[in-house]
Amino acid sequence: MKETDNQNNALWVRGGTLVDPYTKKEEKRDLYVEEGKYVEKPEESFFKYAEEVDAADCIVAPGLTDLQVHFREPGETHKETIETGSRAAAAGGFTRVVCMPNTSPVCDHAGVLRLISHEIETGACIEVLPTGCITKGAEGKELSPIGSLKNAGAVALTEGGKCVQNNELMCRALEYAKMLDMIILDHCQDYSMTENAVMNEGEWSFKLGLRGWPHEAEDLMVARDAILAEKTGTPIHLQNISSGSAIDIIERVRSRGVPITVEVTPHHFSLTDAALEGYETCFKMNPPLRSEANRQRILQALKDGIVDCISCDHAPHTEDEKDLEFDYAPFGVIGLETSLAVSVTELYHEEGFSLMRIMELMASVPDQIMGFESKALVPMNDANFMIFDPNASWTVDKEGFASKSKNSPWVGRTLKGDLKLTSYRGNVVFSKF
Amino acid sequence: MENASKWSRKDLIGIEELTREEIEIILEMAKSFKATIERSRKKVPTLRGKTIVNLFLEPSTRTRVAFEVAAKRLSADVVTVQGSSSSQVKGETLKDTALNIQALSADMIIMRHSAAGAPKYLSKYIDVPIINAGDGAHEHPTQALLDAFTLIERFGSLEGKRITILGDILFSRVARSNIWALTKLGAEVTLAGPSTLVPERFAKMGVHVCHDLKTSIKDADAVMLLRIQRERQTTTHFPSLGEYTALFGLNKKRLEWLKEDALIMHPGPINRGVEIDSDLADSGRSVILDQVTNGIAVRMGVMYLCMGVSENSLAEPLPL
Repeated sequence: MKETDNQNNALWVRGGTLVDPYTKKEEKRDLYVEEGKYVEKPEESFFKYAEEVDAADCIVAPGLTDLQVHFREPGETHKETIETGSRAAAAGGFTRVVCMPNTSPVCDHAGVLRLISHEIETGACIEVLPTGCITKGAEGKELSPIGSLKNAGAVALTEGGKCVQNNELMCRALEYAKMLDMIILDHCQDYSMTENAVMNEGEWSFKLGLRGWPHEAEDLMVARDAILAEKTGTPIHLQNISSGSAIDIIERVRSRGVPITVEVTPHHFSLTDAALEGYETCFKMNPPLRSEANRQRILQALKDGIVDCISCDHAPHTEDEKDLEFDYAPFGVIGLETSLAVSVTELYHEEGFSLMRIMELMASVPDQIMGFESKALVPMNDANFMIFDPNASWTVDKEGFASKSKNSPWVGRTLKGDLKLTSYRGNVVFSKF
Repeated sequence: MENASKWSRKDLIGIEELTREEIEIILEMAKSFKATIERSRKKVPTLRGKTIVNLFLEPSTRTRVAFEVAAKRLSADVVTVQGSSSSQVKGETLKDTALNIQALSADMIIMRHSAAGAPKYLSKYIDVPIINAGDGAHEHPTQALLDAFTLIERFGSLEGKRITILGDILFSRVARSNIWALTKLGAEVTLAGPSTLVPERFAKMGVHVCHDLKTSIKDADAVMLLRIQRERQTTTHFPSLGEYTALFGLNKKRLEWLKEDALIMHPGPINRGVEIDSDLADSGRSVILDQVTNGIAVRMGVMYLCMGVSENSLAEPLPL
């Protein structure tokens, strides 16, 4: 099937199993799409002109949502653009992503945000939602014009991979965001404990002689955020949590009703710092891969619901930029095109999670955290869905990425869970059929 | 010398990946070479016509000179390239620098680099042998080999010997390489120094960790002092050099805590009056200068073995 608009955006998805985390319904039935929306019972003529999609043996589910992607536009379009990034998202089953403001220049005022919005309108094949910086220049010194950012369309505030170190300023940001009913997405890292650090502090950093980034540097900021979220009542979404002790802190404060939500990345729940043995820079990211004990604690927290959702922290860098001594290579890995398969492989096949739970983690819960519209597979909703075979294997190939960058830690790995098609408002934006 | 044919590594990146047998092959080679350099005509024709490039991207004097002398004793041509690894002054990456050096028909690259893992990274791209002359806080394999050589020269064997490594372990590649080498050769290793520079977690590498000077050295057969590397510490890991000396410095009085025949070692450069008092460094207990001399023989052995594998001449070993 061609990735183009078909007549009336009419699709007849036959024979699949629908897994809908918004309605919590799992059922085997056909799905009908007309003019980009789901319909309950189409007219007789629909079956003549609608494009047929054979979803036998496949799961049909709402399009996924990722709350942390870096699309590098403006400023670093050699790594990724909003257009290529959105295509990578579509190729991973995502129909909604939230992009971080650490572009060049950073998105700390309405002008940059409008530029990004323009690029989204003209280039994105799925829903791409912009965010704005908490502080001017993301320098952690003074508040950015948060109200103007919101008026220009920012869906959240975040420093985009950085962390406001000044507690007083963070507190004011939260109080101010409360007035505007905005959520803050925070990457938790105490800089004083992570100067020049490039990997998890532990047995492996001692062996490899690389500077360690102790998980306590994350724990401290998680605790700080919990205290300030409780004080101000402003919701904070904790990004890419990697530390087991941070999970313990979160579990304690959430039982008191503190408005804190948590995401983890596929790399943190599937890989450990032992992967760094050969100094391969495709395993260098921030926060770093942690020990097996931390990984196990995160898996348990995903099971228990302490972790709310999965985001991949899609961070594209070119091969040349990554092809350096470990100390000098930039942090970050791409993830949009492997996120679903890694989750299906690790959580469904290895850990026995239900597919419904995975769809909650990757679609409905992130939408609820942000207050986004539901993507339930019900009549009148936009036809934002994807089809995947949870049992089919595929091998991650560097040449196969839609992303401009190839810096994936899974290149060469065989994963289970093969995406077949992504529809955004009835347009087929990715298809293997 | 017949064991040389069992050597199969083109590169020497670290001690961690070596077996005890491999370490012993190098030490045996070094012993033969030490005999040659003690002669009045010190040169052997072994690597005549070979070009060895010393790629030193972090300041070094003694290691660079030791490699240079070793290469010259083997009759190789030596070119030294010095620079700063982080500056990459003209924007050239390490990979490109090394590929250029290889294209200039270098037969071997000796590399010193401030980033851990740099020689391993480079070995993926470079066909000629790479010898690690120290990478960040990772490894300094030839230093550990010359330390083991010096100890075996004195003790005959390291089996059951107690060696204490004292000082800045956290930032020390010498410590890491020595931990691997000494434990593989059967020694019992104790790491000592301030708790901030000798974290308990090092015990996982199969060694004892001790934060009391007297306890750590009283049963030692040798004490290996490490230089305090102030330049590698981002924040203060101890209050002052004065306090370090007060708690962990070796002086005449503390010499009494040591066994009578215990040896004192130091990889250099020495901070006289900090880790060790001058009169001790210069005393008969110190084997510091033996270490330097043995460094030549060990490096000759390493170059000879790795070049042999690269030449694929195991059937007909290089003329010695």
